[in-house]
Amino acid sequence: MEIINLEGTEDTPKIILDKTNKIFEISGRSLPEDSAEFYQPVLEWLREYAKDPLPETIFAFKLEYFNTASSKLILDVLTALEEINNAKVHWYFYEEDEDMEEAGEEFSELVDVDFELKPY
Amino acid sequence: MKFIYDMHQMMLEHNIILVYEGEFTQEITKSVLAMAERNMDSIGEESGIKRKVFNVMVECLQNIVKHGEEYISGERQINTAIFMIGKHEDSYIITSGNPIKDEHVEDLRSKLDTINSLDKEGLKNLYKDIIKSGSGLTEKGGAGLGFVDMARKSGQKLEYGFESLGEGRSFFSLKTTVPRL
Repeated sequence: MEIINLEGTEDTPKIILDKTNKIFEISGRSLPEDSAEFYQPVLEWLREYAKDPLPETIFAFKLEYFNTASSKLILDVLTALEEINNAKVHWYFYEEDEDMEEAGEEFSELVDVDFELKPY
Repeated sequence: MKFIYDMHQMMLEHNIILVYEGEFTQEITKSVLAMAERNMDSIGEESGIKRKVFNVMVECLQNIVKHGEEYISGERQINTAIFMIGKHEDSYIITSGNPIKDEHVEDLRSKLDTINSLDKEGLKNLYKDIIKSGSGLTEKGGAGLGFVDMARKSGQKLEYGFESLGEGRSFFSLKTTVPRL
């Protein structure tokens, strides 16, 4: 499968989707001008990946900040993970960032995917 | 030339640390955010407060980018809005003002009144209801969650007002307070 590897910018997150090296990660800041357009390739990639996934998929979110328009798309990404057998989410948050911790808890209640909250 | 001094005095009086009046775009949003961040860094602001102020600023600025309208003043067509940050001993005040169509006034008022009537738990439930409603993003690319998020992150009521501009437009002013304590 092709690899998605996007460098992060001041308003878009770094994204790596790499089946060969088993890296599935979104990190940094997410406040793009058009969040639906920005996340479209990620959602398409996951739909393709769901057809023939690895035995286990650990998807890491290491977000420092995301805006509300991105939150809807993050939920779409999580929903896409529901379709992948044995997918797990590792939701990282800076240990003093209660809002990011709470965001992880809320997302975990909204989707049927195994969630682990990981402070750093 | 006196107005320069007057403006300076007025900003000091209101503890304004940043004001931007002009067109609003994503590029401008990034610049304003970067300036405000540098300002908070330079005074060593606590990181939790910084994150909350940043949150509220983003939603506020992107609201204007998405929903700001033009209006006619005299002979001029105005397509600008204003954004300000005030820093006080005990709080940051994030304010914005932008023209909107009159037909959106009542809808905005009722949205904001609903948000202001809710407590922490109520806001959390409203946020979850909206995000899982499955309606996707609006045509303008918003999630309909901006005000709810501003209220949640600030923990304060959102203050607002409307001034009629004539010609089917109103000026929408919004004020969010982020406590520093």
